[in-house]
Amino acid sequence: MNNIIVLPMALPIMLGIILIFLRPYIKTQRVLTVLGLLVTIGISIYMLQWIQTDGIIRLDFGGWEPPFGILFVADSFAVILVTAASIVTLICLIYAFSSIGEKIEYMYFYSFVNFLLAGVNGSFLTGDIFNLYVNFEIMLLASYVLIVLGGKRMQLRESLKYVVINIISSWFFLVAIAYLYAQLGTLNMAHISVLISESGQTPLLTVTSLVFLIVFALKSGLLLYFWLPGSYSAPPTAVAALFGGLLTKVGIYVMIRVFTLIFYHEPQITHTIIGILAGLTLIMGSIGAIAYKDIRQIVAYNVIIAVGFILVGLAVMTQEALEGAVYYLMHDMVAKSLLFLLAGTMITVTGEKRLDNMSGLIRNYPVFGWMFFIVMLSLAGVPPLSGFIGKVLVGQGAVEAGSYILLALGFISSIFVLYSLLRVFLNSFWGETIISFDDEVPMKKGWMVSFGLFTALMFTFGLGAEYFAPFVADAANTLLNPQIYIDAVLE
Amino acid sequence: MKINNVILRTVTKLAVFIILTLAVYLFFAGHNSPGGGFIAGLALSAAFVLLLLVTDIETIKKGIPLDFKKVAAFGAFLAVGTGFGAFVFDVPFLTQSFGNFVVPFFGEIELSTVTIFEAGVSFAVVGVVITIILSISEDV
Repeated sequence: MNNIIVLPMALPIMLGIILIFLRPYIKTQRVLTVLGLLVTIGISIYMLQWIQTDGIIRLDFGGWEPPFGILFVADSFAVILVTAASIVTLICLIYAFSSIGEKIEYMYFYSFVNFLLAGVNGSFLTGDIFNLYVNFEIMLLASYVLIVLGGKRMQLRESLKYVVINIISSWFFLVAIAYLYAQLGTLNMAHISVLISESGQTPLLTVTSLVFLIVFALKSGLLLYFWLPGSYSAPPTAVAALFGGLLTKVGIYVMIRVFTLIFYHEPQITHTIIGILAGLTLIMGSIGAIAYKDIRQIVAYNVIIAVGFILVGLAVMTQEALEGAVYYLMHDMVAKSLLFLLAGTMITVTGEKRLDNMSGLIRNYPVFGWMFFIVMLSLAGVPPLSGFIGKVLVGQGAVEAGSYILLALGFISSIFVLYSLLRVFLNSFWGETIISFDDEVPMKKGWMVSFGLFTALMFTFGLGAEYFAPFVADAANTLLNPQIYIDAVLE
Repeated sequence: MKINNVILRTVTKLAVFIILTLAVYLFFAGHNSPGGGFIAGLALSAAFVLLLLVTDIETIKKGIPLDFKKVAAFGAFLAVGTGFGAFVFDVPFLTQSFGNFVVPFFGEIELSTVTIFEAGVSFAVVGVVITIILSISEDV
């Protein structure tokens, strides 16, 4: 019994509810949200340390023992992502304070950001597959609201697609859970895993796993990403950054969890398909990233490339590759949020969306320009920044497993990432300035603080990779040896 | 458009009380038999919707001066708040406990902490349903 595990989810929910009553007091809402997030971050870091000494911790809600009750399971993988998600939310909110505008803040903005974080953290922590569905819904409902707040024409159009596609994928999710429950009669993920390893992964179960694969591919943007570039470019910058940093990552997390803990007996079918999908995602994401001149589209396609790259790690399934995937997930949450914030700010200060209409931004905003340069290097995987270690480890894993095609695609996609962002950098930051010094929109302090924090985090992840190594190794170890997870839940 | 439907108005005056009584019954039945906070909340909001149909929004707002968004939030607060009780009593999150108490006139009754949670669920359901109905009707 460790009630602390529920706090990363329960605290944001409670806070979100309280903020509804404090609707007119926007300053108070901001202070409370920041405090709540700081506490959540503190708790998750404490949990992470605790797991290293005592192993996986779990909490059975209401004292109902597994496999009968719902439970939260905190292993290193989950808690690393909870910590990263809470930190990213905090920094995106710092940006939102000075950019989102009072009108949106007044429409329960902070409540829904808290609900979104609660759904995300809950999805990471839960050990019950139906509870996972519920947490997904909490996250999605909050995201429906956040995507439409502001009510611009484009937001309404894109949110309609976003809602429809997510309702369809949620329906598939329910169907997949029903198939699984009909065959095994349990919803506890560890118990499902035990039952499958006892009875063997029958063809019917493999088919069920493919239904799950479709669901998570839709949610994370693995090949089925057609909805993503539109919906991620519609909402206000701070919200887009939250989405880009968090939402697809939840899909990736669940895919990794399900295909390492539950459906790992037939890798020649499931993991081969994941590998093929990841390869195609890398190819099509790379083409998309260089095909568009709208900055928001370029950034959104960069998200898709990262999804493909992380799932290469899952497809090859070696210790190094999974460690790389975990590192890359952490890195990508931070770097993608920063990239979205920078791209959104470029649009705000110039009023243009196409990269060839902007020019010479670095003369007006030198620090801003160099930060864009740093995030570009980080995403391309240049040491000592955060993207490097993840890429190397995934590559090493792919070599060990002999997946040379995925290896090649993964690294070629890095070049495309570099090229697509370098094109933005050359076109928009270099050259003659189009903004006269008198007309330039001043960079607000809050914006620079959030960019600075994200950049600092990227350096920390890159330079401090050694410090994070034991946590990441433990996460990958638990993923590779599902028995550790099962023992922690069912003992 | 103003319809003065005498039959509907007369029936409503009676029916609302029956529905409300049923809602209360369902609410307390829910602990060990079919019923519970969710459907009690739905029955409650059915009574409100019926009132809205036969009179008009202004009359109802005057009679029940509540912001239903706040009612929903209060319900959620109550429901989640009972979970936090676990931290005080040092038991797993959302643990329930119950006891039998002898109350004059009613005799021995069972009281449980789940009832507080269920009350929260009811408030949330009523708040959400009425908010949805009101905002749809304002649109038209």
